[in-house]
Amino acid sequence: MKIAVLMRAVPDPVEELEIDGEDLDRDFLGFVLNEFDDHALEEAILLKEEVGGSVSAYAIGTADEVEQMLHTAIAKGADDARMLGKDLDALDAHAQAEAFSDALGGCDYDLVLSGVQASDELDGQVTMLVAAELGHLHMSVVVSVTPDGDGLKVTKEYWSGITADYRVSLPAVLGVQTAREAPRYVAVARIRQAQESGALESVDMGQPDPRGRIHITEMRLPDVGEGAEMIEGDEEVAAEKVYEILSSAGVV
Amino acid sequence: MSTDISPKIDPSRVIEHESYELEGVDISGHWNRMFEQRVIFDYDIEKLDRVMDLDGGESMGYCYQCAQCVAVCPVDHVGDYGPRKIYKKLQVGMDFFASDDLWLCTTCGNCLRVCPKEVDMLQIMPAVRKEAVLEGAVPSELQDVFEKTARYGNPLGKNAKRRHAWTRKLEVEVPIISELDRRVDVLWWVSDYPSYHPRGMEASRSLARVLTKLGIDFAILGAEERHDGDSMLRAGEAGLFEMLADQNIETLNKYEFDVLLTTDPHAYNAFINEYAARGGNYNVEHYSTFLARRTAELGLSEDVGGKVTFHDPCYLGRQNGVYDEPRELIEALPGVELVEMWRNRQNGYCCGGGGGGMWLDGLAADNQSMRLSEKRVLEAVETGADTLCVVCPYEVSRFEDAVKSTNNDGALVVKDISELLAQAMGLATD
Repeated sequence: MKIAVLMRAVPDPVEELEIDGEDLDRDFLGFVLNEFDDHALEEAILLKEEVGGSVSAYAIGTADEVEQMLHTAIAKGADDARMLGKDLDALDAHAQAEAFSDALGGCDYDLVLSGVQASDELDGQVTMLVAAELGHLHMSVVVSVTPDGDGLKVTKEYWSGITADYRVSLPAVLGVQTAREAPRYVAVARIRQAQESGALESVDMGQPDPRGRIHITEMRLPDVGEGAEMIEGDEEVAAEKVYEILSSAGVV
Repeated sequence: MSTDISPKIDPSRVIEHESYELEGVDISGHWNRMFEQRVIFDYDIEKLDRVMDLDGGESMGYCYQCAQCVAVCPVDHVGDYGPRKIYKKLQVGMDFFASDDLWLCTTCGNCLRVCPKEVDMLQIMPAVRKEAVLEGAVPSELQDVFEKTARYGNPLGKNAKRRHAWTRKLEVEVPIISELDRRVDVLWWVSDYPSYHPRGMEASRSLARVLTKLGIDFAILGAEERHDGDSMLRAGEAGLFEMLADQNIETLNKYEFDVLLTTDPHAYNAFINEYAARGGNYNVEHYSTFLARRTAELGLSEDVGGKVTFHDPCYLGRQNGVYDEPRELIEALPGVELVEMWRNRQNGYCCGGGGGGMWLDGLAADNQSMRLSEKRVLEAVETGADTLCVVCPYEVSRFEDAVKSTNNDGALVVKDISELLAQAMGLATD
């Protein structure tokens, strides 16, 4: 199976996030791999180990963290990686999807995996948008992927503990919530080997229209409230109190 | 009273057969013959060979089963462990790379101290763990710590830029060497826990006050300092150790200083025993020896009082031979009586933090009746001491947790030597 994994670098909350106008202050921002994309990569490698084929990792941006992310993917078992040269800070979800789809186009991947969501997706999920661009089937919030003939059996998670199994024919784009196993550990020594392997390719990209789709009017930190109100009583009593609170807040 | 040594088996009731088979087993021959081959020959010792073939694993094969090690192994005191047991399990086919046994050793070195054949767990454990790490077979608790350390330069996953945040709002100055633009007498290597952990930061502030009072010309690296890497090396991440060591050596070599002062025995061990091979040669001192030489100048005038017992950290004591100086400091504290735990100095009982143990509580809980730190706290309480004094930053948090979990809150207090000295010197406290 020929698999592509889309990996996103998102702002690292270990740093204190500061607002500059209508955006984060990007000068001192650190980036970290989107956790769900780590699961997508793990699922891709497990599928390759199960049925053979290849895994190619994609990421946008040229920052050190992006390179590190891709080398780590190679160390974990991806066959190659492509770093799509573009500034990280300018791209919304639509622009990212456009960049990824351009890079994937013509490569005939059977399966494209990425994380179900990322913390900076203000204007929709990249997996959906990529599927739309490529004209592929899409399913998201996936918690299990198993080869099934020439397609896949996919388990999608709903609310309240409900899951549903689907048969998905390829090619498809899946948004992974959790891989069947926790993302594996890869030793620093192996990452260094990957750095020397030359399997990372840098690809120039045309400039997608960065802000053509949504306009942010304001960005601010949430107001810090005061304490918490503990709601006492059994389910009936508590439910009534919750309803009162919600309705007086105009929510219900 | 005479002892009856007459045969208990009546020889006339022993029937000797030329050959005899009982339930499929051939028991022909003399009555004292072994009925089956010794167990060892029926097993494939490939698993043992695999360890011995590793660079650093050779001494595993030297074991001749005397079990001196098991008697002093801190993990065996609360579980079922020791080099002899590992050897036996390897002989009978244990896959060491997939076993919890690989991760329970804290590399305390007490086994090596007593082993007549010098089976060296300090070499064997890192060697086998290194292979396991390369295969990705790492306990998930440790995986998280490796990843944080690689990304942020500290195992707590804290923001690297905030490494010197502990110096803010301190009434004494702690200069950052990159801002000083001159040489210093002492470059103080603070380490991770003393920089980021609340109790570690209190000890650091106390030491900063003590050094200032002594008039020492010192500075710290601040955000440029990264984890020394020693514990990562013992836990099998040799690549991570190399990366950190090379970064630290590059940083240290930018500056001029006489003494590299460490609070952390693990960093002390790394600088003395591991960094030289990678181009890092420094005049390293542990703060206990540095301060002990200056006891007369400290001006210890305020009564501290009470009974104080001292925990010998494995990486300072048994592994690097420093036992006396911390005790000299304690005995210099006014009104204090030093009392020893029964396992002290070379036989000190490990707190459980070394060799990656600091981050393997889950695994320890699955395999031990209690944490090593809890066992040690019970020992400290037995001495009748009010205070347990430590000189290693892993220990304050481990022992304070253990005081609570053994229901000794109020009976025993845990203090870094810096805090006790600052108290005796009448310096400000946090």
